[in-house]
Amino acid sequence: MKFGVVVFPGTWSDRDCGWVIDQVLGAELTYLWHKDADLKGCDCVILPGGFAYGDYLRTGAIARFAPVMEQIGEFADRGGLVWGICNGFQVLCEAGLLPGALIRNASLEFRCEWTNLVVERTDLPFTSRCEEREVLRVPIAHGEGSYFADPATLSRLEQRGQVVFRYCDPGGRVVPAANPNGSLHNIAGIVNARGNVLGMMPHPERCSEAELGGTDGLKLFRSVAENALKVLVS
Amino acid sequence: MSIKSVDERRLREVALTPDEYKAIVEQLKRAPNEVELGMLGVLWSEHCSYKSSKALLRRLPSTGPAVVQGPGENAGAVSIGEGWAAVFKIESHNHPSAIEPYQGAATGVGGIIRDVIAMGARPIALLDSLRFGPLPESSRHFEGVVAGIGAYGNCIGIPTVGGEIYFEDCYANNPLVNAMCVGLVRTDQLMRARAEGTGNRLMLVGADTGRDGIHGASFASVELDERSLERRPAVQVGNPFLEKCLLEACMDLSHTDAVVAIQDLGAAGLTSAVAECAGRVPGAGARIDVSLVPRREREMTPYDVMLSESQERMLVVVQRGREREVETIFHAWDLASAVIGEVTDDGQLTVVDGRDQVARLPVTLLTDGAPMRRLVGIAPDPPLGLDVDALPPLADVGATLLRLLASPNLSSRRGVFRRYDHMVGDATVVPPGGDAAVLRIKGTRLGLAMTTDCNARYCHLDPHLGAQLAVAEAARNIIATGARPLAVTDCLNLANPDRPEVYWELEETVAGLAYACRALDLPIVSGNVSLYNDSNGESAIYPTPVVGMVGVIDDYGRRLGAGLRAEGDFVLLIGSSHNDMGGSEYLKVEHGYVAGRPPALDLTREQAVNRLVLAAAENGFLHSAHDCAEGGMLVALAECCLLGGIGVRCPAIRPEPPLRLDAAFFGESPSRYIVSVTSRAMPELQSLARRHHVELSLLGLAGGDILEFEGQLRLTLAELREAWEVMVP
Repeated sequence: MKFGVVVFPGTWSDRDCGWVIDQVLGAELTYLWHKDADLKGCDCVILPGGFAYGDYLRTGAIARFAPVMEQIGEFADRGGLVWGICNGFQVLCEAGLLPGALIRNASLEFRCEWTNLVVERTDLPFTSRCEEREVLRVPIAHGEGSYFADPATLSRLEQRGQVVFRYCDPGGRVVPAANPNGSLHNIAGIVNARGNVLGMMPHPERCSEAELGGTDGLKLFRSVAENALKVLVS
Repeated sequence: MSIKSVDERRLREVALTPDEYKAIVEQLKRAPNEVELGMLGVLWSEHCSYKSSKALLRRLPSTGPAVVQGPGENAGAVSIGEGWAAVFKIESHNHPSAIEPYQGAATGVGGIIRDVIAMGARPIALLDSLRFGPLPESSRHFEGVVAGIGAYGNCIGIPTVGGEIYFEDCYANNPLVNAMCVGLVRTDQLMRARAEGTGNRLMLVGADTGRDGIHGASFASVELDERSLERRPAVQVGNPFLEKCLLEACMDLSHTDAVVAIQDLGAAGLTSAVAECAGRVPGAGARIDVSLVPRREREMTPYDVMLSESQERMLVVVQRGREREVETIFHAWDLASAVIGEVTDDGQLTVVDGRDQVARLPVTLLTDGAPMRRLVGIAPDPPLGLDVDALPPLADVGATLLRLLASPNLSSRRGVFRRYDHMVGDATVVPPGGDAAVLRIKGTRLGLAMTTDCNARYCHLDPHLGAQLAVAEAARNIIATGARPLAVTDCLNLANPDRPEVYWELEETVAGLAYACRALDLPIVSGNVSLYNDSNGESAIYPTPVVGMVGVIDDYGRRLGAGLRAEGDFVLLIGSSHNDMGGSEYLKVEHGYVAGRPPALDLTREQAVNRLVLAAAENGFLHSAHDCAEGGMLVALAECCLLGGIGVRCPAIRPEPPLRLDAAFFGESPSRYIVSVTSRAMPELQSLARRHHVELSLLGLAGGDILEFEGQLRLTLAELREAWEVMVP
């Protein structure tokens, strides 16, 4: 099982994701340069956090045109696992691999702090190690992480159960006070209809070791490591 | 050549005095041309030449067994073990931030990061020491600076893990923005910005050169006045994305030995970068062709190119014939690079524009030629005295505590540091909010602690003692995490030294820093001086010598936080308390004035207390440790409760005369910590304290959600938190 971590100019969670995959999980790791048109046989592609191309125009708006994105789109179409974290989620939305958009936080400020997430899907290759409605403690770090979609898209997401993580209080209740950025329906992470493309604003790679304050993020990496080879890629 | 041949107005524009011009003419034996005059103007500015402070700065200790690189390079470096060196420096960006807070602060962060990159180190952390006038009047400064720091640090992906924020009237027109960057490098891969090897190529990499920031260094060397806003174009605009690419490309340079040196382009741009690089090698010179410099604007003159302070540029000295290797590395990151000249052995900085020579100056004239200014220091009238016995007795301990916790200088900084990414890098094992931050060094068990500190109110009341207290407090912050303090970087922020009382402050400040650093075995390996922090000849700031410090803990598994950890732990005060009310936050908040002498500091006692805490931490006796600082013991104890989410119940405090009750709770005696220990570790801690001859007093027991001193104070954590987290707006 091999993870590929995409590096755009301006990406900075690449090394953190790489550290967790390589040093904590002990899985195979390769970095995928944005100019590469080859996924090097990866079983799961991670689009990590950062400010790809500076995010000067709009988050993820330039990154979607990177050569590597074409391969990632095809890989996703074939059922391959694609996991966007923070900036990666923004890129996936811009690329049309996930619906909706991430807009400026309601506070109009960058937020770096711990949040609680309730897991609403445990049948996915990304979350199989989580319990039903388990509450994970995972930090966020973004200025534009407020999930937005038009009402029709939103209700489709809800009906099809595509919301994977929602911001909640420590007891798992999805309440406005637990929403750090104004996301509609407290959405922190969604998956595509097929269940192979996950986007989430919180940073699981920042909570995969006890010394960093928690290990809940490792559950997601472990889930992927366990399931990636079982996923049927056509 | 007479001085009349140069327009006095022109001299003022380049911020040179007639005497300085005369010195130039004498040494050159001719009049400098326009370009040369501009180059000399920026390099002889206070900001670059340190002409008012250099003689004093020589008194600072800068050597020690851990020092790998002392002052004189882009940043200092100390060995932290296992082949690693910590590279760090603090620098001011006060003047730009005063007139353009957002970009001023952002480019301050960008500049200090490049200093660390130039040493071959990967930047791993940022800290920002900030001072503003009171809110809401100073909210333009405050909001802009915080947003600018966040914008740059968050985008480039280096965690902002610490710093400090103070509000005081004296900073209303002159906010202080001091940024510190800490980096890591293998000791044997540390780079030095020396232009070695005649014929080696000078490459300019990164951003194209524009007209922005011309004369920024000169502007930073004069007082602000009503015309300063016109200098907004002298403030550069930051591009953190470009710098991120520059950073990664420079890290990739370590894979090749084609690079001789890297030098940041900061204040005074290309002129300073080339002159400094050459100046570090005796006899070396450089020849550059401005026509080869990539530009972002048309019709730039050689003068513009040499003085531009466009951001995100680096000078790379490359072995002759290996330019392509370096170009390839930068090209991979879509960065422009251009060979603009070469190293020479004639000791001259020669600037040509195609075929025309436009400037030729001895390197030493640029770097060391500025005549040192002999200024006179005269002690001002002593500050307002304080008769402690005349202070009314403490009426309501709880109400006073709540007011102190809610005061702008003591309230929680969470509202600010959550706007900074302090986690990126997966290394922050003690996050901001306590004493020092600690970052683990991946692949080892080492932890690197870092902090900035300065209580400028103390420095105002007694600059010598105040500077000592700043060093001591920074060291306590490091020690409170369980780490050993290693070395210092300092940023001296003062007003106009032409005024004798300000120059006296500078003398006293340097003497105090030197004294404390010698006593505590702390070399100062890098630093920066920012003078002329005043406006229209008044509103002089407090002397503010910000002390940045790093320390190391051999096993970060033994690191300590400030918050209480477990119910049932004993909570103790280490060190002794006196009637130290001078300059205290209590005096200011409750009685409305800043007066008296700062707390007395006995550095021998300080050492004893520090050794005890370190020994206790190393032996694993402690569950938490927190430095007692502004607000005294009770504010520190409340912070221990709030950070840990656990209350403390204590018997009433009955201080032994002459110690007053208000001083016992809120006095700011230094050399004190609040620690928590398990009941089992108590006997060991007690015997350790006896061996170190340090006073240890039991305050109470951790538990519940109430902070109580029986019959004197009873507040729930929720009440405390409500006051503390008023949040800087």
